[in-house]
Amino acid sequence: MKEKMKISQPDIGGHFGDFGGKYIPETLMPAVTELETCYLDAKNDPAFISTLEHFLKSYVGRPTPLTFASRLSDLLGIKVYLKREDLAHTGAHKINAALAQGLLAKRMGKRRVIAETGAGQHGVATATVCALLDLDCVVYMGEEDIARQSLNVFRMNLLGAEVKSVNAGSRTLKDATNEAIRDWVTNVRDTYYIIGSVVGPHPYPMMVRDFQSIIGKEAREQILSEIGQLPSICLACVGGGSNAIGLFYPFLNDDVRLIGIEAAGEGLDGKHAATISKGSPGVLHGARSFLLQDSWGQVTEAHSISAGLDYPGVGPEHSWLKVNERAEYYSITDLEALEGLKLLSETEGIIPALETSHAVAFLSKIAPELANTDVVILNVSGRGDKDMNTVANTLGAVDDS
Amino acid sequence: MSFSTNQDTSDRISKMFNKLQKESRPALIPFIPAGWPEFDATISIVKIVEKAGADAIELGLPFSDPLADGVTNQNAYYEAIQQGTNTSTVLETVKLIRKEGIEFPIILMGYFNPIFAYGSARWIRDAKAAGVDALIIVDLPPGESRDLEFAAKDSGLHLIYLVAPTSNAERLKHVANYASGFLYCVSLTGTTGARSELSSELPDFIQRVREYIDLPLAIGFGISERKHVEQVGKLADAAIIGSAFVRTISEASLEERSTAIVKFIRQMKGEDMGIS
Repeated sequence: MKEKMKISQPDIGGHFGDFGGKYIPETLMPAVTELETCYLDAKNDPAFISTLEHFLKSYVGRPTPLTFASRLSDLLGIKVYLKREDLAHTGAHKINAALAQGLLAKRMGKRRVIAETGAGQHGVATATVCALLDLDCVVYMGEEDIARQSLNVFRMNLLGAEVKSVNAGSRTLKDATNEAIRDWVTNVRDTYYIIGSVVGPHPYPMMVRDFQSIIGKEAREQILSEIGQLPSICLACVGGGSNAIGLFYPFLNDDVRLIGIEAAGEGLDGKHAATISKGSPGVLHGARSFLLQDSWGQVTEAHSISAGLDYPGVGPEHSWLKVNERAEYYSITDLEALEGLKLLSETEGIIPALETSHAVAFLSKIAPELANTDVVILNVSGRGDKDMNTVANTLGAVDDS
Repeated sequence: MSFSTNQDTSDRISKMFNKLQKESRPALIPFIPAGWPEFDATISIVKIVEKAGADAIELGLPFSDPLADGVTNQNAYYEAIQQGTNTSTVLETVKLIRKEGIEFPIILMGYFNPIFAYGSARWIRDAKAAGVDALIIVDLPPGESRDLEFAAKDSGLHLIYLVAPTSNAERLKHVANYASGFLYCVSLTGTTGARSELSSELPDFIQRVREYIDLPLAIGFGISERKHVEQVGKLADAAIIGSAFVRTISEASLEERSTAIVKFIRQMKGEDMGIS
């Protein structure tokens, strides 16, 4: 660690060191300022807090369990605890921030909600919240992702949301985000944009982190009450990075290794989504952060088997944690992730999302370097049902080859 | 037209507005992505545009993720990038345009990341040396990049900021502290692209802007017809025509292009009477 980080708060302009900020068209500037004011106000309003807590408990099903993975622990020779965000309503951690932002939209008097989605988990979470809170909902999703996550598209439609297909660029999360921002630029006066990760202009990275940090807050209390000590490692997958920062944040001042796992796709020399590992600082979607780009500053296409990690950017706070050496970032390939998925399924009876599977695969990879006294909390960011088509197709192809 | 004329008059932008104020007409500024429709098309297009009577040209710096642009410009940017256009080739193009003796203002419009990747301060200096007069960075609000702002001031390149109908008094005051050259008023809350009518809230918006900012005002986004230019002329000092011009070029064959451009510019200036 270069310097002991006591807190991790952006400055008034939303900068985490050199990262973050508000790189947005002027049309949106009053909207993000209004959002920031409203968020800071809500955050300190006991009525808002108690409404949010009520829904998190009675609707989302929080706190989610911390499960001791006994067979996996035996196999790897370490102690592994799983933070079970897969058991949150809708099957992933995305609901935490979507619900809170839905309540903010209501508070701000916005009737219409838009969102972008990659794997569809954030889209489903947003559609769910909009049904619950009686808000109109439009979800932008890349054509490619619609094809590989058809189950989630069906779920969103069932929940009353309109899914708009985006066929520009790589037809994945990045392009869905562009299109959502264009919608927001056009309809900013009556529309709330529920961003699904810790990306975008300030205050989104800070606000979404705050809402997701319930993951780490619960996990910290649960591990202390379970074994009376802190873990040695907190481990999570990183696309935009919301589940990872949600787990990391409450452990930031503890002597705990924080490890984020990016998608190495077909390998770091080929098509991948390992933004921190292989990218360079740049500006996309409203913030400065690490970015996959060519030497002329054109954003390059990311690739991952997991739609939720298939994004060429990453949250600015992760970039900051990386350059300050407070968190470590590594990457796992598509094929390794599939092995991780099988491993957790077979040892614990938990089929994780392909996103989560990257973290599982990394854990089995580094386990030989760890001591049998090491305690790891692995964030199971979501469940794998949505990925069964992709997994079946890929495993089929691998087995055939 | 009520901006003060006591600013630096030695540069091309100020000269243009001073001249037009005497002529009592708004500047007509067409926009095209640089390096499009063909990689080397820009120089000849700019020559035709100037000859046809446009007052300046706005060249787009292609970006992979132009989130304030509608589909017309997105597609054009995509093609330009595929053809090898980048921040460096655009400056080379501007140099060649100046070499041809073209002396009207050249304004570049783009997104921050390609400029950041080149090196903000270095790119500003290179742009000024190439003959660029002003720069609009859609996703860089005033105050976000000190390096770039300092370099622009230092080298005498105007940084043109945008204001939108959603800009409140606080934002207008903030932008006023940084603006130079002219101010780009976004006519509507939305992305670029031709529209059939200008927003009805435009007059009120422009009046609010005038309360805070004493610079020439350009209006852009959605301007596609002569009647829009006339409306703009009553309110502001320049009309920027983007998507409608881009579409005119993409719909014309290479042989028809020159004629189509001239016809379009004259039409927008209201000079097409009697020409069939």
